Amino acid sequence: MSVTGAHPGIFDGLPAAPRPEPGGNYLTQTRGLRSWLLTLDHKRIALMYMLGVLSAYLLGGCFALALRAILFHHNTQVFAGNPARTWEFYNNMFTLHGAVMVFMFVIPAIPAVIGNFVLPMMLGAKDVAFPKLNLASFYCWVGGGLFFCFILLKGVLNVAFPALIHLWGPGGLDTGWTFYTPYSTTTNSAVISATLGAFILGFSSILTGVNFIASIHMLRPRGMGWFRMPLLLWALYATAVIQVLATPVLGITLLLLIAERTLHVGIFDPALGGDPILYQHFFWFYSHPAVYIMILPAMGIISEVISVFSRKHIFGYNFIAASSLAIAFIGFLVWGHHMFVSGQSPLADAVFSLLTFAVAVPSAIKTFNWTMTLYKGDIHLKTPLLYILMAIFLFTIGGLTGLFLGSLSVDVQVHDTYFVVAHFHYVMMGTTLFAFVGGLYYWWPKMFGRMYSENFARWAAVVAFVGMNLTFFVQFIMGAQGMPRRYATYPAQFTIYHQISTIGAFTMGLGMFLVLLNLLHSLKFGKKAPPNPWGSNSLEWQTTSPPPTENFKTRPVPGDPYDYTGWRYVSEEEGYVRIQPPPAAPVPAAP
Amino acid sequence: MARTPPSADVVPDQAQAVALARYRAPVEVLPDPHQHLAHHFDTPKQQFDAAKVGMWIFLATEILMFGGLFVAYSVWRANHPEVFLYAHTKLFRYLGATNTVILICSSFTMACAVRAAQLNQRRLTVFLLALTLCGGVGFLCVKAVEYTREYRDGDFVGVLNIYQQAVYGKNAAKIHIGEEPQTHAGASTQGQGASATTVALVPSSATRASSPAPSPWPLGLEVSKVTPAPPGPAGLRAGLRIGDEDLPTPKPFSLTWNELPPFAKAHTHQFFQLYFLMTGLHAIHVIVGMSLILWVLIRAARGSFNQYYYTPVDLVGLYWHLVDLIWIFLFPLLYLIH
Ligand code: HEM
Ligand SMILES: [Cu+2]
Repeated sequence: MSVTGAHPGIFDGLPAAPRPEPGGNYLTQTRGLRSWLLTLDHKRIALMYMLGVLSAYLLGGCFALALRAILFHHNTQVFAGNPARTWEFYNNMFTLHGAVMVFMFVIPAIPAVIGNFVLPMMLGAKDVAFPKLNLASFYCWVGGGLFFCFILLKGVLNVAFPALIHLWGPGGLDTGWTFYTPYSTTTNSAVISATLGAFILGFSSILTGVNFIASIHMLRPRGMGWFRMPLLLWALYATAVIQVLATPVLGITLLLLIAERTLHVGIFDPALGGDPILYQHFFWFYSHPAVYIMILPAMGIISEVISVFSRKHIFGYNFIAASSLAIAFIGFLVWGHHMFVSGQSPLADAVFSLLTFAVAVPSAIKTFNWTMTLYKGDIHLKTPLLYILMAIFLFTIGGLTGLFLGSLSVDVQVHDTYFVVAHFHYVMMGTTLFAFVGGLYYWWPKMFGRMYSENFARWAAVVAFVGMNLTFFVQFIMGAQGMPRRYATYPAQFTIYHQISTIGAFTMGLGMFLVLLNLLHSLKFGKKAPPNPWGSNSLEWQTTSPPPTENFKTRPVPGDPYDYTGWRYVSEEEGYVRIQPPPAAPVPAAP
Repeated sequence: MARTPPSADVVPDQAQAVALARYRAPVEVLPDPHQHLAHHFDTPKQQFDAAKVGMWIFLATEILMFGGLFVAYSVWRANHPEVFLYAHTKLFRYLGATNTVILICSSFTMACAVRAAQLNQRRLTVFLLALTLCGGVGFLCVKAVEYTREYRDGDFVGVLNIYQQAVYGKNAAKIHIGEEPQTHAGASTQGQGASATTVALVPSSATRASSPAPSPWPLGLEVSKVTPAPPGPAGLRAGLRIGDEDLPTPKPFSLTWNELPPFAKAHTHQFFQLYFLMTGLHAIHVIVGMSLILWVLIRAARGSFNQYYYTPVDLVGLYWHLVDLIWIFLFPLLYLIH
């Protein structure tokens, strides 16, 4: 239980990571593979997470493109002359797409990459509260990911060599990312590996959550009260609370599912007197809050970026902060809206519907406050802001269609259709992904000390935005017309929508590829970044880009994070410098 | 966070320290309060508090994890009270009570061990930790005896449970997942929507011959007429009790197998499944807790702790109390049903 710092503990046997040399920055102070793999530095862990999470995104994206390619024609045959195998392949693809995207990409993306990198620096601290747990969290992520890779590998092998299936057993996964019983207790695909994988990924999520809560409680510097924290910290705090409170329930649910499959305990299996609906309650008790694990950090990024690029104090700080907590709280009470048609009592339906409407209120509060922040601001339409504006636009569509789904009568019609698919892609992809990419651009100069090329980045954003809307907007239409989700074929009347959607998906893929190119290009050819290129007043910008291993040479003094009056743009520096020293403290390492 | 360790601010100044050292033990060097301070904390107190906050949050996750099982328990108990009234009589409540006492005592010795570590009494700490460890061993031994006896009675987990076999047939689960052909008459009508009456075989008394205390399994019921399981209760709807009119009002203390309505028999095995899942998960926690205690015990014996640094003992103590607490809930809920 070695949760604290320097004393010997469970890490005793491991070779120690090399000590940092003075001078230079966190990227260069120590060298060699081991100095990365065993690092306890939150910034390096964030970068390792970034590598992992983006690979998961690439993998999940390939699955998605495969799905869309199959749907281009209403009767695509991947395996000539054997439609059943094509459908099986399709089922595997959408399951792995969902599971990889949800458990390995969207949930960890913002907290583990951007949160890990910025949270301690926003606090003016040297690291998170428990650096070793932070590293353990990363390796849990890797461990969980291996299970998914294993499933994928077996699936691929079985397709390639169907004759050898008895050697390694059935692979693939065809339950959908929700693992609904009773199908998940009867299918002979690799449910146990998948649930074990998700279980371990859950640990990684919990460890990040514990770390963030403890860091925000214990490491805030003198002068940074709760209501002087940057809003990203509020968002990450609320997220961490959900991660800590909801994930264990998923854990026990998955354990019960494993017990059901291996021992046949009859908790969920109706053929043994079990209750499959109980599984759905358990699952959504986690997974609805989990959608807020995905969106809340994105909302935090939006609050940071929108204020900086409007050169204006954030509007309604207290409301944005409180609405994060409100979302976290109410988010625990709405899970039943995923089960309107599974035979709940009408009373439960009505209550869950009402609460679902209630959870939209804090989301709307945020949206209005962001809009007000822009109002009469001095708007600099740099790439991060562009992404953030797109995210707000897409969130409006996604959130409002959530209200459609929350209304009982409408949901009976559109449940399990493409309408739902479009809804959650607008929020998960539209909001979370766009805010994540926006956040990457925003903190990229701090992470790597390089500026990306602005024009190229804006064009890539536009391509992705167009692709996103092409892909998913038509899905609302076909969903409303009754096209069910998770089908590999469809009546010919839906062809035009599916084709637009497929074209959109590949456009989106192109956009993402351009983003990647742009960011990689900047690493080698980008201009050197100044310490504070955007003129933000929060603490992570008050050190060099990239920062040294210990983050700050002298401890920065926190002020109001959204007060930009102390910074002026200096064109020789291509960044902002202080025009007056902060109250009662020396200027930290003058730029 | 009731106890706070002496922080850096209260270190006596040089002269006092020297005087104190001479007064206490002439040759002993005072431990350095900052010896264990990690680089990213300002004071040992901040570090200690952070560790404690982290531990409490971790304990919250543990409670929520068990919470899932407690919810499953509540759902079944609310839906099938008569099953619980009958089935709990099959558990060995005296062994359960013994274990409760053992765990409470070991929690007490753990609390004392933490105190001893705070006071820098190394020998006492080690002794108390060892006692706590013995408590854990004792608990597991009793639990093992219990599981063995239950196994002999046929109350076991999964398909090994005699009540599951009685109602669903020996191969019910396997047939259900389509791995084996239907060989068993009793299993032929299983699955959703089956409405025919099933003739289920109750294992003969020979399987239980070695049982030390003859269990009140209904011996006269060699061939029972049991209706198959109704479709599972639909979650929250179950509270409405649709179609449950024939339910007899449960008697206050306990029921016998013959008094159970047929569909209650179909759910009896779930009580034991829950029992094994809950106590099994708890036992895993006991084992983890014991390993942690062993770890701090070794470190205490090596002299790693002093009045300025005893965080691991404290945290392991918290964990052990939680394990104890969960059992305090499990025992009455499973063994003492009225
Ligand atoms: C304004 C707030 C929101 C409301 C009122 C809302 C409402 C709903 C409702 C009622 C459903 C169930 C539809 C059905 O299955 O018939 C649903 C599904 C879903 N929502 Fe939302 N939602 C909101 C925000 C979000 C956010 C922020 C995310 C993720 C970042 C999200 C992700 C999802 C997902 C993944 C599903 C479908 C899960 C599945 O069945 O596979 N929602 N939403
Ligand atoms: Cu939901």
